Amino acid sequence: MTTSPLKDLDQQVESLLATIGALTDAEALREAEPSITGKRSILSTLQKSLGSLEPEARRDAGAELQEARRIVEAALDSRRAELALVARSQALASDRIELGDVVVENVRWPVNAGHPSLVASTQRRLEDVFVAMGFRVSEGPEVESDWYNFEALNIPPAHPARGLWDTFYVELGDPETVVLRTHTSPTQVHLMESAVRSNALPIHAVMPGRCFRRDAPDARHLATFHQIEGLVVDRGITFADLAGVIETFTRAFFGADISSRLRPGFFPFTEPSAEFEITCTICHGEGCRTCSQTGWIELGGCGMLDPAVLDAVGIDAEEWSGFAFGFGIDRCAQMRHQIADMRALIENDVRFLRQFS
Amino acid sequence: MKIPLSWLREFVDLPESVDELTTLLDDLGLVVEGVQRMGEGLEDVVVARVDEIRAIEGADRVRLVVVDAGHGPLEIVCGATNFALGNYVPLAPIGAVLPGGFVITERKMRGATSHGMLCSARELRLSDDHEGLLILDDLTTPRVGEGLLQALGIVPDVVFDITVEGNRPDAWCVEGVARDLATRLQRPLVSPPLAEPNSTDQSVTVAVAGIDAPDLCGRLTLSVLRNVVVGPSPSWVAQRLLAAGMRPISNVVDASNLVMLELGQPTHPYDASRVAGRTLRVRAARPGETLVTLDGVERALARPGRGLGDTGEDCVIVDGNDTVIGLAGMMGGSSSEISETTTEVLLEAAFFDPMTIARSSKRHRLRSEASARFERGVDPQLALRAAARFVYVLRESVPALEWLAQPLDVRGVMPEPVTVELREGDVARLLGVALETDEVTRLLEGLGFHVEPAGSTLRVTAPSARLDVRPGLAGRADVIEEIARLHGYRLLPRHVPSWPTPGGLDERQVLRRRLRDVVVDLGAIEAWTPTLVSDREFDAAQPGVERVRITNPLAEDESVLRATMVTGLVQAWAKNVERNEGDVMLCELGAVFSHPSTSEPRLTKGGVGGGVELALPRENERLTVLLGRSEDSAVTAVALWATVAVRLGLDEVVIRTDPTPTTFMHPTRAALLVDRASSAVLGRVGEIDAKFLHTLVPGVGARRAGVLDLDLDVLNDWSLATRRSDFASVPSRFPSALFDLAFVTPEGLHAQDLAFVLRASDELIEDVRLFDVYHDDGLPAGTRSLAYAVRVSSLERTLSESEVGEIRENLIATASALGATLR
Repeated sequence: MTTSPLKDLDQQVESLLATIGALTDAEALREAEPSITGKRSILSTLQKSLGSLEPEARRDAGAELQEARRIVEAALDSRRAELALVARSQALASDRIELGDVVVENVRWPVNAGHPSLVASTQRRLEDVFVAMGFRVSEGPEVESDWYNFEALNIPPAHPARGLWDTFYVELGDPETVVLRTHTSPTQVHLMESAVRSNALPIHAVMPGRCFRRDAPDARHLATFHQIEGLVVDRGITFADLAGVIETFTRAFFGADISSRLRPGFFPFTEPSAEFEITCTICHGEGCRTCSQTGWIELGGCGMLDPAVLDAVGIDAEEWSGFAFGFGIDRCAQMRHQIADMRALIENDVRFLRQFS
Repeated sequence: MKIPLSWLREFVDLPESVDELTTLLDDLGLVVEGVQRMGEGLEDVVVARVDEIRAIEGADRVRLVVVDAGHGPLEIVCGATNFALGNYVPLAPIGAVLPGGFVITERKMRGATSHGMLCSARELRLSDDHEGLLILDDLTTPRVGEGLLQALGIVPDVVFDITVEGNRPDAWCVEGVARDLATRLQRPLVSPPLAEPNSTDQSVTVAVAGIDAPDLCGRLTLSVLRNVVVGPSPSWVAQRLLAAGMRPISNVVDASNLVMLELGQPTHPYDASRVAGRTLRVRAARPGETLVTLDGVERALARPGRGLGDTGEDCVIVDGNDTVIGLAGMMGGSSSEISETTTEVLLEAAFFDPMTIARSSKRHRLRSEASARFERGVDPQLALRAAARFVYVLRESVPALEWLAQPLDVRGVMPEPVTVELREGDVARLLGVALETDEVTRLLEGLGFHVEPAGSTLRVTAPSARLDVRPGLAGRADVIEEIARLHGYRLLPRHVPSWPTPGGLDERQVLRRRLRDVVVDLGAIEAWTPTLVSDREFDAAQPGVERVRITNPLAEDESVLRATMVTGLVQAWAKNVERNEGDVMLCELGAVFSHPSTSEPRLTKGGVGGGVELALPRENERLTVLLGRSEDSAVTAVALWATVAVRLGLDEVVIRTDPTPTTFMHPTRAALLVDRASSAVLGRVGEIDAKFLHTLVPGVGARRAGVLDLDLDVLNDWSLATRRSDFASVPSRFPSALFDLAFVTPEGLHAQDLAFVLRASDELIEDVRLFDVYHDDGLPAGTRSLAYAVRVSSLERTLSESEVGEIRENLIATASALGATLR
């Protein structure tokens, strides 16, 4: 009768476990691993020696050996995890900085001016033009109720005019009650409501901000974009005032040789409504591909506030009148810099971003 | 909407120049999106007969078609399959130039040679139809070899593609566009010829019409037509439909479509023999009812939809057995469809409630030419005129057509005609210019308004087609818009208004600009990262936290509102690292969102009519800066903050180690910016955690990146972010005394706190400034040495050595009371 090659297996496993327990870092573990479970390890050597056994004894011994290997490998894995944790906590401990102790004047800071985003700098230029014309700047939230985004603006639920806006709905409340604002117009409603509450009419304000439309992005459109709208509510405001403000803004922002014109349009919240066009900034009115040879490009929409909108916020439309207008900030930027593909604006490639100041 | 110029000319005498007409239409708010010149480039196209169709070996998408175009058999390779042997189709022979300049040449495909091209209607620019070849024998009786123009009797025409705005349901037809033009041009509008009932049999003896839902259906008219012979339309009808982008089907269906395009009234012809009891009733659908519409889709009716306030109401047409045979105003069912054997027709022309149609159409995702018109509002008075026009058109191909006397005409709730008072000065008050009463009257009457002077006021009654005109003040604006539009916006004056209040920015806007300026001036490049992120991105920074979801995202990885900009900035940075442009500092200013259940929500008005209070996500505006330059770390982030703090006048803010750093922060290099006076947290500063970085952007490797993340909502609140007072002291004229103090300080005592306490301990102290921090094994465990430069002076005299010494002793005592001992 031959002695079983596995007669010392228990002790051998114990010894391997002790070796594993004694490993103190990940590097040591990596180095020790071949000698514990690798081809030259005792476990592999025992495996080879099983060849000389009778088939039945070989099967039993094989199972026993496999169990031993499982125990050793599990110990190795758990030690590896332990050591990683230790290593992380050691690294964190040695990294520790008491940030309140930083002596700022000892920090070296490279001189290298940065760049505001194109949208931000365009928005600032637009705001500055309107501020100089006597407008305040007003802002509002990006998540809105259906009421502020649509209904208070004379667009009731299921109204066909809603087809004009591809809307992202937010999973809150009843279905379709909360939206990502599709335009900055809800800010107009908030502004009018608060002016009525605090008895602070008239209003002369512009409202820049981020908007969302559920429309796959392409070279000309992004699903997230920026708009600026204007709102005037005052006594005796007429369509002539609207046309005058648009023209003054157009010249101030785009240059003295660029002018504006209005043509009839439709928005549920204004009446009369108009689309406003400006002289093509590429060809200066000569006619080119950008303006389809017309010399004009469409910039935005505008109109006199619909009495139904004033009524919805509690403003007496017999006493007060006003106008609103709106257009894309990103589009102004695109026109000015002739950006071939709007998607560059959200790619954050610093080679693109470094062009703006 | 496509409108052929020749059709318009039947209604009004128009100028020759197409450019002039385009400008005119644009100026009327009927925006011309495109002008198509029909028949142009079709001179070379001829009629060919299909004589043989053969498969091409190895090709399953094209076949070899042998045609005869008058010069013997010609082999053509063709991908269409909608034709059969004996059909007549258009052939563009070798050398022909199709519209758009496409030159036909001999081509080899799949081993076969194609000697020309068989064309679809779209390839010929005759319509948008591209489902297959244009089958000529469906339209006319063509002869082999004949020119296509001749065969179709096409007179070259111009087709305007016009966008009709939502508030102009009346203009969504040829007559409506012609009416605007006639008014602007001051020319008469010609009405198209109509038929009269020509049978002595009364409709009521044959058919039944009824309205069971008067609020859903304002009017139902039913005409009974006998001796109908279904066949092809006269070629002028077919051509008009083709030009307008519709496919001719049969004389009955075509007449219905023609009337809709011409007058704006959708009508629906039923095969009378297939309508039980020759009865049509309109009612609301009941839950559980279904209908298979003509498009083959089975639709469950009266099921509430997702839309806000959508109760699931469907208006349906039922027959004498009360079985649903059509979705009113949208699409019929197949059971009563006109077929070749139809000899008796029930023609429905009705007025349905626009909002009901709009909701049903949205819910069933079923938009037809008819529903699009009904949801905007069809002229409720138009029904019988449309029927008369239908009969007139159909009679040309069915001379024996019989229209029974007294068509049925049942009423539900019809919109009342709206009358608006236009007072003297109203036009000027809105437009800024007074228009002559005569001009106002002429323009409005041209559009069909009834104008009646009452003293200095005009009582203006809108025509029935103008359902967009509302009563009261809003209606006044509606009417004045029409006046302005017809008069011409470009003729209206401009005036620049002024007001006594100055323009300007509010505090938050000023703060935001200042913040952006300082970080940009110090080297930050402003990025724009997505507001909508993936669950994976969200979880990387805020594992397991409740999030705000989008119901209908464009893509799965853009379905959650971001809760931090750090994730976006880190990803933007990683992309630049990949491009070898990673030595940058990126920043972003924007809103981050938290679910209403996780932080105080924003309460706002919502629901139908704004009658419900809704809890919306809190929107928090932040400035986040990611310092990713090669030398960057938590330390440079602190230096950046120190500069920002100076620019904002925030003297009271201390940097406190963050005991529970958020997931993306390095656990031992994370601190909060705390206002000493208010205890408010203004933001956080530190480093991005290596583990977070590895999870999110493994490609970046083991780089360090500093982070500064500021809360603008807190920064903008002066009760939370304590500003330096406006009081400015004038420095003493007497020399200051300077000395340094180094303390062995326990780690729990913040260097900045100690400086604050020391500075405040005596009014003669000008400044206490930390200049060195020293760790050494020689120091007691858990301590470090903090060295401060102290500057003292008096406004009244030069301080004596003993006075300075006393201050110094007092400072040492003060520090000692806090556990710091002089080194």
